[in-house]
Amino acid sequence: MHISEGVLSAPVILGGWALAASGVALGLRKLDYEHIMGVAIISAAFFVASLIHVPIGPASVHLVLNGLMGAILGPAAFPAILVALLLQAMLFQYGGLAILGVNTFNMAMPAVLCFFLFRPWLRRGGAWRSSGAFLCGFLAVLLSGMLTAGSLALSGEAFRVTAQVILAAHLPVMVIEGILTLLAVGFLAKARPEMLDQSLGK
Amino acid sequence: MIQEPLAGIASPIHALDPRARLAASLALTLTAALARGAEAPALILAVGFVCTILAQPSWKHVLRQAMAVNGFIALLWLLLPLTAPGPEIATPLGLAVSRPGLDMAALITLKANAVFFCVLALLATIPVTALGQAMTALGIPAKLAFLFVFTYRYVHVLAEEYARMRQVAALRGFEPATDRRTYRTYGALVAMVLVRGHDRAQRVYQAMLLRGFQGSFPSLHRFHFSATDGLFLLLAGSVTGAALALELPAWRPHV
Repeated sequence: MHISEGVLSAPVILGGWALAASGVALGLRKLDYEHIMGVAIISAAFFVASLIHVPIGPASVHLVLNGLMGAILGPAAFPAILVALLLQAMLFQYGGLAILGVNTFNMAMPAVLCFFLFRPWLRRGGAWRSSGAFLCGFLAVLLSGMLTAGSLALSGEAFRVTAQVILAAHLPVMVIEGILTLLAVGFLAKARPEMLDQSLGK
Repeated sequence: MIQEPLAGIASPIHALDPRARLAASLALTLTAALARGAEAPALILAVGFVCTILAQPSWKHVLRQAMAVNGFIALLWLLLPLTAPGPEIATPLGLAVSRPGLDMAALITLKANAVFFCVLALLATIPVTALGQAMTALGIPAKLAFLFVFTYRYVHVLAEEYARMRQVAALRGFEPATDRRTYRTYGALVAMVLVRGHDRAQRVYQAMLLRGFQGSFPSLHRFHFSATDGLFLLLAGSVTGAALALELPAWRPHV
């Protein structure tokens, strides 16, 4: 899912930061201190989810959950994903600071997009909510994979095949994420419906 | 489950002002990542490595993380020489190995490791709470720094909660497999972790309000910018400048 440091070309790195910074600024503007705690929880869940491996056939994949984040947080997914990725860089040193912008945008933009597309479905409940939740999880990972592959392809002709390999690796993850988002949203709607309404207050 | 293995060491690097370390790591990693030639990343790799030695980390940890970082790069070494367009230099087993592909894989390895060692020595040595403060000091919005510090706080809570629920599931005979039951269990697990986290966040926020929280934490920790920090920043600045100078030929338009 993440692109490691050193791969992308300068225009892609700088463009990624510009896009991520505008998304974060937008997400922060709507966020007050009372809701930061709720966002921090989801952001921490996103971090922990990346440590959870779910078996799929002989292999296993780790959860991404950016669709679930989008469904719950809306535009606040931008700052939430940025801090989670920064924390990963701090604690595991997998990536540096240059790549943070591109990775944030690639994960957060699909989350926010899914929020605006499927928000009405999630509110209707019943089968609408289930299919909306599935599509949130499914599409968010699909779009993230496409953006990641796109950032690689934009960085040079040489990465074309690598980008295709990365996109193919996302296919099984999409289905898992769709199913888990569906189940998690269903659970939340029963147990804590107010959590799904966090971004609706304003 | 989640630790800061590099933060609690006494070393010359850890003695530096977190603001200076954050600024230096920003300048060095950005320069390395944006470079086109090999000279600048090589210089920054050397500097990052020296800083890592000065920071006296557990070398077991360094080795493990370095292997994780280079794992993805190993994939590129397999793919790029075979798929990048350009003149072939060898054809082992009938596979065409291209020169630009090899060069690119080498450059990426250099850049990624330069960034890795700089982040390891300069950024990961800062305690997370101090980094939150340092971020605010360098002009990053206070809300973002606040979110960062709280996310870190909750990562531990959620990781513990998750471990506890995994244990509960295991006690009831849960074995992960590729089936419906597994996915339903994981779905409930994720949602339950969120629910408990959410309830806890509300309790914490109410407790903070009761103690007069007004949007910022009065911290007992004060940053001290000493002469050593000034010297360190000067050195980091000179290295960045030298790296940029090395980069100039690569950015000059080709004629």
